[in-house]
Amino acid sequence: MLDFLKPPVEAFQDFFFLSGRAIKNIFRSPHYSDDIFQQMDIIGVGSLPIVMLIGLFSGVVMTMQMARALQQYGAQGQVGQIVSIALVRELGPVLTAVLVAGRNASGIASELGSMKVTEQIDAMRALGTDPIQKLVTPRLIATSFVLPLLTIIADFIGLIGGAVIAIALLHITASQYWTSAWKALEYNDLVQGLLKPFVFAIVIALVGCFYGMRTTGGTQGVGRATTTAVVVASVWIFVLTSMITRVFLYYK
Amino acid sequence: MTPDSSVVRFEEVSLHFGATPALDGVSFEMGAGETRILFGAAGSGKTTLLKVAMGLIQPDSGRVFLFGQDITRLSERQMFDLRARVGILFQEGGLFDSLTVEENVAYPLLHQRALQEPLAHTNGATRTVADRVQESLNFVELGQTLEKYPSELSGGMRRRVGIARALVSAPALLLYDSPTAGLDPITANHIVALILKEREERNTATIVVTHRYLDGHLIANFRYNPSSGTVDRASRAPGKAGRVTTKFFVMREGRLVFQGSEAELQAATDPYVRKFQRHGSA
Repeated sequence: MLDFLKPPVEAFQDFFFLSGRAIKNIFRSPHYSDDIFQQMDIIGVGSLPIVMLIGLFSGVVMTMQMARALQQYGAQGQVGQIVSIALVRELGPVLTAVLVAGRNASGIASELGSMKVTEQIDAMRALGTDPIQKLVTPRLIATSFVLPLLTIIADFIGLIGGAVIAIALLHITASQYWTSAWKALEYNDLVQGLLKPFVFAIVIALVGCFYGMRTTGGTQGVGRATTTAVVVASVWIFVLTSMITRVFLYYK
Repeated sequence: MTPDSSVVRFEEVSLHFGATPALDGVSFEMGAGETRILFGAAGSGKTTLLKVAMGLIQPDSGRVFLFGQDITRLSERQMFDLRARVGILFQEGGLFDSLTVEENVAYPLLHQRALQEPLAHTNGATRTVADRVQESLNFVELGQTLEKYPSELSGGMRRRVGIARALVSAPALLLYDSPTAGLDPITANHIVALILKEREERNTATIVVTHRYLDGHLIANFRYNPSSGTVDRASRAPGKAGRVTTKFFVMREGRLVFQGSEAELQAATDPYVRKFQRHGSA
């Protein structure tokens, strides 16, 4: 009767097995450091331009929109505060993660999926390498290292974008903007702003690898795996950001 | 034959993918230097059998022995050392498309722990990885393609690189998954000649999965002549050719429905098995 529940439960279980093994492998040799650096380059350096661009525009848009709302209360000068809290706590981590999910969860899923359907994953096992050690763990390490860094950059560029608008269009002085932006931030916000990308990175890498590794059905299957990986990773990013935010508000 | 002297031994091995049986009570064994030709329609479980034999897939029930060791309960890590003694050619070649031909062939030597030790001092002479890769590629007559990527090669050449990679570690068991599938007859015969050449030189235990009757017939009755470089009909007289012990298997829906010699295969009356008999002159 509950047969319809079987596939999702099984998939969830498989996902946890894969995650467990990938995390366990971090502490076991052999370590494929070349692969880790290569992935950092692909995921980190490769995503940098788009992350900076999106960071800049999110700061710009936020400042313009918030300035209008704040104007009603005559508090336009406080725009830096709102922009910095929104960016550091929420928009920076989520936008960056969604971008990286779109760019890299798909990339990982399609790469591993193609390897799966052309028997390269089996070949790897047959030739003495653990594919989780060689493919999944480096991507996990690389993503969890670079996503927080990308987020910091996006936050910073966003604040600069906000500053440009604040100074040029709203005629707020630079020092007023930066002081309110800086003062608004608490230790709590920074922890939250760095914990989120770290958690999202784990989700992006593992979801991408998971759907890649279980690809079946040729080229069409690779396409399906790619799409599913991006959708699932993005949904989890939003679910997790809500949960983490709730936890931080509770313990504040 | 005791389990310890066999190279591969299946005892009532069954495996299901969902509700469909991929292997259904499969039992057989083969010793060193023996050859098995495995016929069967697409989806009859031939590839699965090879993957189970080298522990890439765990069966649901039954036991599999590889070199006398029960592999059904081994962990992935314990399997690696055993797999180092097995060479496999995957159906589509299974080459790593982001690595060059040289890197592909060197892969097992560089990544299999069990192969790294003996590599350093083979017969006192130091044979580097590069030497062995070159040797293996020369064997399949592709010594000039080291720097190429698999995508730059033709289908037959990719299959040959796959064979070079399977042979480079000098395995004790070779598994060929449909080595001639999708190739023109001339290239296909060339691949079969390579399989015969390998068997002639090293007398490795071999399982060949194929759906071409001719492949099986050639492997069962012909041998590579090293002096002329051609494939000749093996004489029935005892001697080196007399060691050629080839048996035929036919699989249907996960079951081994036939095991026997070529003559027995020709005499079989089962309509499914008859599909793999010689019709006309082969």
